[in-house]
Amino acid sequence: MSDNDTAAKTSRAGRISIRQVSDADMAGVVTLDERVTGVAKPDYWRDIFERYATRGLDHRFFLVAEDTKAAKEGATTETDVPPLLGYIVGEVRGWEFGSEPCGWIFAFSVEPNTRQRGVGEHLFQAMSGAFKSSGIKTMRTMVARQNRLHMAFFRSEGMVAGPYIQLEMDIEEDLAALPID
Amino acid sequence: MQKSSRLAIYALVELAANPDRQVSVSEIGEKYRVSAHHLAKVMHTLGRAGLVRSIRGVGGGYSFSGNARRTTLLDVIELFEDATGDCKLADADMAQPAEWMLFDVMCEIDDIARATFGSITIATMLKQTARRNRLTERKAAEKAAEKAAEEAGA
Repeated sequence: MSDNDTAAKTSRAGRISIRQVSDADMAGVVTLDERVTGVAKPDYWRDIFERYATRGLDHRFFLVAEDTKAAKEGATTETDVPPLLGYIVGEVRGWEFGSEPCGWIFAFSVEPNTRQRGVGEHLFQAMSGAFKSSGIKTMRTMVARQNRLHMAFFRSEGMVAGPYIQLEMDIEEDLAALPID
Repeated sequence: MQKSSRLAIYALVELAANPDRQVSVSEIGEKYRVSAHHLAKVMHTLGRAGLVRSIRGVGGGYSFSGNARRTTLLDVIELFEDATGDCKLADADMAQPAEWMLFDVMCEIDDIARATFGSITIATMLKQTARRNRLTERKAAEKAAEKAAEEAGA
């Protein structure tokens, strides 16, 4: 992504900007993820930061949405809006299971207090632009079937079921331990 | 999906796309090539669910009264049919392993269908319909430009 692409993109409300993540954002990322998922994963996020924000930046993208006003003035206690409004992480992957190189979004979250403000759409569009600038024509992600919020969001952005189906099995079940015929 | 569910979705998309207009049943019926009689029954069900409101009299018709961002295709389908599809097993106590296996497969398909219908709102239908229209128009314009260029070169 070029410097121009990562430059702050002002939202229609004039308060959301999308930019490359920095080390200083990581505490906010960890906190937001913990608040949304209920699980604190500081080590995981440190590793993601090292891998996706410090090298291979021509095909790895870790973007954050920031409330420019809150970042300047500090979080507004009356609205409880922190400077970090959300994040999205993705990379270009190629030839897994025969797939042509495509953009993979594997982490995405928006501050719950600021939903319906277009934060997710800004992040999604910025990631789409980053993949496009890498010459990528297809973007993919994976969503839990029960996660209606994310499913509805990605659908509203135009994502549809792709040509791959995710399969899994429980390898702890007795069935898996049966001798092979 | 049953015909009534399809008609209901078409009608809701049509009405939600024109929120300031009252649209008559015959107008929607003509557009989607369906009988006004069948559509009237569908509209009645949608009205009872609070998704449309009818305005009587000259220039009357139906208007959208639901929340397009909250109403999913699954919400609409469930007004007209049992959305559990084929994920059913009669006589579970007597069922053979093959019956259980097929039941699992049908439930897997049903889960995916429900998740898909449950994630697409009327607002998403409108947004993606508009996108599709823009793409169609762009392709038509490109085709026309190519034809014009060919004719100019001939």
